[in-house]
Amino acid sequence: MTKPVRSYRSRQTRAVGAILTLGIPGLFLLLFVAVPLGVVLVSAFFKRGRIGGFKPEFTLENFAELTRPVYAQVLGSSLLMSATVTLICLVVAYAAVWAMRTLTPRGRIIALVAILIPFWTSFLIRAYAWMLLLGDAGTINGALQLFGVIETPLRMLYSPEAVILVLVYLYLPLMILPLAASAEGLDSSLGDAARNLGASPWRSFRTVDLPLTLPGALTGAVLVFVPSMSNFVVPDLIGGGRVLLIGNVIQDQFLVARNWPLGSVLALVLLLLLVLLLVAQSMVIRRIQGGSK
Amino acid sequence: MSAPSMSKTGSKVLSRIALALLYIFLYVPIIVVIVMSFNSGRSVLRWEGFSLDWYVKAFSPGPLMSGLQVTLIVALASTAIAVVLGTMLAIGVHRYARGPLARSLATLPAFIPDILLGIGILSMFGLAKAAIGLHSVILAHASFEIAIVAAVLLARLGSMEKSLEEASTNLGASGTTTFMRVVLPQLAPAIVAGAALGFTLSLDEFLMAFFTTSTNSQTLPIQIYSMVRFGVTPEVNALAAVMFVVSLGAVLLAQRIVMPLMFRRKP
Repeated sequence: MTKPVRSYRSRQTRAVGAILTLGIPGLFLLLFVAVPLGVVLVSAFFKRGRIGGFKPEFTLENFAELTRPVYAQVLGSSLLMSATVTLICLVVAYAAVWAMRTLTPRGRIIALVAILIPFWTSFLIRAYAWMLLLGDAGTINGALQLFGVIETPLRMLYSPEAVILVLVYLYLPLMILPLAASAEGLDSSLGDAARNLGASPWRSFRTVDLPLTLPGALTGAVLVFVPSMSNFVVPDLIGGGRVLLIGNVIQDQFLVARNWPLGSVLALVLLLLLVLLLVAQSMVIRRIQGGSK
Repeated sequence: MSAPSMSKTGSKVLSRIALALLYIFLYVPIIVVIVMSFNSGRSVLRWEGFSLDWYVKAFSPGPLMSGLQVTLIVALASTAIAVVLGTMLAIGVHRYARGPLARSLATLPAFIPDILLGIGILSMFGLAKAAIGLHSVILAHASFEIAIVAAVLLARLGSMEKSLEEASTNLGASGTTTFMRVVLPQLAPAIVAGAALGFTLSLDEFLMAFFTTSTNSQTLPIQIYSMVRFGVTPEVNALAAVMFVVSLGAVLLAQRIVMPLMFRRKP
């Protein structure tokens, strides 16, 4: 039905419309998204300026810097920490979504909104709240001492475990929501059938629920993994500077050490990891969907 | 028959316990901050009496209030840019470039890691030897908000009925009239939703603002960050409590107003 209507419009108005509606925002995005990304890419091959900035002379020495053990170590620990956070979120989210399936449909919506509300609160404030809870003179230590469980305060803040805990706290909703969305379409009779046919709960979960919710879980995994990798506020506030992740090193190169080209190289490594992750994710999803046919 | 029903009640009890634990985990930190904001002392441990002093401190002139001012300016300006350009982009892609590639390109900026875009804009201004400040934060925020507005609008455009637009054109209305009186009113709820989403994300955005701002135009999240780095700051508790109530109100309002508008005409 659209063909006859389109013929009313002359070709010229169409061209003008396309240029206006696509050209103006396109130009803005070119200037403030494409060019900045291009600058990061190009500047990875530049020499460093004296006080930040670049000297436009070609070099590969920034990439050679990457082989230094300190960077390999930071990269390794960032990957490990983000993977741990993602895995914990995944397990907790599966438990949460499974528990929500016993609620009525209306109850499920309320439960999901209740998960979103803390998420809409400033993430800095939510990270800061854990400084109050975990500190040596914090709420948890205070409560434990009050009830005589411990005598001297436990050291909880400024440890890698605390960083993992707070990252899980911050990003858990990003895992629960896509998982809940993919579980919403699940027919619970499939699982019932599997159990009635004698499958153990674990087996019916593994063979029925898991493959069907895997796309949601993978979306959640990417949504959690990506910001965990580049976050430098949580390692700084909760890790007390003792936990060094790739985000901290990039921030340090740009604002403290003032080696912008090295910062760019590290940011590109981060980008490469994320692209690999997305490719892996889409390959897994394609395999599942191909297999279910 | 009693064994399965027993296990069903058992799993129901178990799942209620699991959910209760989840919500305790999610809400206790926020509740502690809110309760402590009314504590007269600096301790986060001992209750030293009810007081509103920290609220007075938080809302008197100082870094938090100047940060709030900068944040509001940035959020308003970047959302204004994003609404105009994002709407144009969505309509352009919907009308003239219907392929999946154009669609992904239009929404791509929302998925680029914020740290990458932040250092990219900082580096670009550095290479061009241009000063950074309020303007560079606004442009940085607008760049990802455009994608968000466009994504919301593209979803709405996809579910819109073409017949009204066709009727208007067939009855002799010009392209502009059809757009202003038929297309735009139908898009309005989605534009409001996209703007609200972009505005909220800008209010809380930290990483890009951190890299693209100068010392005299720091947003609220940056001010809070530099204050709490050195330990517990009770006036931040007070501000956090207010922000929580405001965002709770906004979520409930969105639930009531924006959602029904957005999904009213869903086929």
